[in-house]
Amino acid sequence: MDHTLPELTGYTDTWHRRHLLDLESLSADEIRTLLDVAQALKDATEGCRRKLPLLSGKTCANLFFENSTRTRNSFSLAAKRLGADTVEFGSSGSSTAKGETFADTAKTIEAMGVDWVVTRHSTPGTPNLLARELTCCVMNAGDGPHEHPTQGLLDLLTIRQHRGSIEGLTVALVGDIAHSRTARSNIWGLKKLGAHVIICGPPTLVSPRWQELGFEVAHHLDEILPRCDVLNLLRIQFERQHARPFPSVHEYAALYAMNAKRMQLASDDILIMAPGPINRGVEITPEVADGPHSVILEQVTNGIAVRMSALYLLSVADDRYRNQLSAGV
Amino acid sequence: MNKPVLISGGTLVDPSQNLNRSGRLLVIDGRVAAIDPADKDIPDGVQTIDASSCLVAPGLVDLGVELREPGFEEDETIESGSQAALAGGYTSILATASTYPVIDSHGSVEFVRQKSAQAKAARVHVIGCLSKGQKGEQMAELGLLAEAGAVAFSDAPRAIRSDALLKRALEYCRMLNRPIFDRPEIPEMAAGGVMHDGKVSLVLGLKGLPTEAEDLAVARDVRLAEATDGRLHVGPVSTMGAVDLLRRVKSRGVAVTASVCPHNLMQCDEVMRTYESRYKVHPPLRSPNHVSTLCQAVKDKTIDAIQSGHMPRSREKMMNDLDESPFGMSSLETSFATAATALVRSGILDWVELIDRMSTRPAQIAGIDAGTLKVGSNADIVIIDPNAGWKVDPSQFRSTCISTPFEGMELIGRVCKTLVEGEVRFQYQ
Repeated sequence: MDHTLPELTGYTDTWHRRHLLDLESLSADEIRTLLDVAQALKDATEGCRRKLPLLSGKTCANLFFENSTRTRNSFSLAAKRLGADTVEFGSSGSSTAKGETFADTAKTIEAMGVDWVVTRHSTPGTPNLLARELTCCVMNAGDGPHEHPTQGLLDLLTIRQHRGSIEGLTVALVGDIAHSRTARSNIWGLKKLGAHVIICGPPTLVSPRWQELGFEVAHHLDEILPRCDVLNLLRIQFERQHARPFPSVHEYAALYAMNAKRMQLASDDILIMAPGPINRGVEITPEVADGPHSVILEQVTNGIAVRMSALYLLSVADDRYRNQLSAGV
Repeated sequence: MNKPVLISGGTLVDPSQNLNRSGRLLVIDGRVAAIDPADKDIPDGVQTIDASSCLVAPGLVDLGVELREPGFEEDETIESGSQAALAGGYTSILATASTYPVIDSHGSVEFVRQKSAQAKAARVHVIGCLSKGQKGEQMAELGLLAEAGAVAFSDAPRAIRSDALLKRALEYCRMLNRPIFDRPEIPEMAAGGVMHDGKVSLVLGLKGLPTEAEDLAVARDVRLAEATDGRLHVGPVSTMGAVDLLRRVKSRGVAVTASVCPHNLMQCDEVMRTYESRYKVHPPLRSPNHVSTLCQAVKDKTIDAIQSGHMPRSREKMMNDLDESPFGMSSLETSFATAATALVRSGILDWVELIDRMSTRPAQIAGIDAGTLKVGSNADIVIIDPNAGWKVDPSQFRSTCISTPFEGMELIGRVCKTLVEGEVRFQYQ
């Protein structure tokens, strides 16, 4: 196996975080570092799918309290490609079902000697709770409708690969913003890197308060389409809605689904993105999802790269932190 | 009978008789015997208390405390809660029926009264259930509950859901001379919410408790109070909309009263960014414009009283994620100092006004013998060092619950001694 390692010390010197909880609290430079390292690791592992022994001997625990297939597998693959071991924990059959608190369950898993806990949970803030309670690194793989930072990063990486830079682009997030963690990570990541962000959907899913936070709010997709460089189509999160926020799926699709007719309103080089899983015919029609503007599968590929990047950078910061502790600094 | 007590050297603060001056207070047989007694009237063997540089005020009165016994003793017992009340300067607390079974019968009222008598701490008054089983359908036996000693009726901590029930109860209670307390909230609008619905909740992805859920409930409540001429107290309130409604209806002479919690006068929703369950309190910590409006409403008496909002929950219950953790906080021991820090240190109220909102006025609303130092009244007294600063350390709480949004905060106004019936039942060590 070829173990030619990418040169990463230039990035790690300035990285100090042991947890990745959100993109809102990251600086633009930190986000760029995550993306740069992701690109370097992607380049180094492409082609023959070789592994890099950067994190050999470490263990990554996937602590998922919500169903997930792609994110969990993406994290597992990312860890394995860097030589780490993985261990899987799910909520079904776990001790929380027997009444143990979430924090105690996580502490028990940490006591088995893991270096990262990657967590997904339906309640916002659970990664913050773990970061307070545990001593290992904590990575947020989605906390309710709050954030999904690695999803935001993989979206940024995909846009950057196609456009070279995020700055100056107009990016619309369309759909169920109210219940979308992907939206909240995208919103902050795009803003920090200089994009103009439009949040589009019916008023029951797009709060006017986003305007007070410096974002453009729109309710009519057709009106904003010609201005967009990128369209990120977010899934309707039926499972998180207490009451149906629009009259019918049929009406929603008529007003917001990206279809061939709407593609005629868009610029010729528009990028069509979706975090998946996609609901064909609801947010996006098959001809658009599978069409030449779609980068949906590239997003999946980039997911592994950004997760490798995050695991690696957190690990380096953690090693430095523990060395300082043992040296009494 | 307790020994006679002479409190001297302090400043007597009593809004019920416009008192705010240095003086001596003599207590005999558990009652205030004289203010500035002549030396010849002071009996031999009197116990003297030096209150130099302190305020001597009527003991605080809390209009709504959860004590959780029977049924949830892991959160708080009547004894631990009434001891915590003493440490916070309260001599009378009104206990709501967040218990199992709920307090909707003569026997259940009697249980609380006996337990509190055994505790020999703060006086515990019972707020009886407004509806049978607290189900919000049929009126409980309000007349019999009143005979058993209930001083008010409420379905708190639940809101009174039925408009028709509230109207009927307001009419019925006019003959009982007891107030009805409503915790104003439209449950359907608040369902699932964990914090104030605003910009912060939007960013954090946490489900919000919209202000309209409170505003609409207050609008209904004040309208029914006006229509029935009943005695209604709403609280705790937390929104600008509620203040606006109360101000308008009070200007028309409607006798509705209202209360607010100190945490809503002190902190705003920004603290939720840490996602710590100790900030999951009810009413929720709202945005800064609500906080400043509430403070002004306490000043101009649109809001009559400050209540602690004590909602004790065990440590185990608060160790979960925010959705699973209950609303809860331990606030009896921080209530006065929090209010003092928010209102007196900032110059909004003076000490007399604060004692009025936390003792005299709540006692009037509850219709109990408290909140005054008038000669002949119960010698329920608090001695406070207004200048002492202290840091909130939950490990020192007498309450079983140690969850507080004020942990680590520097507050002013320390309770030095609390006397019930002239007996020193709490002393700061």
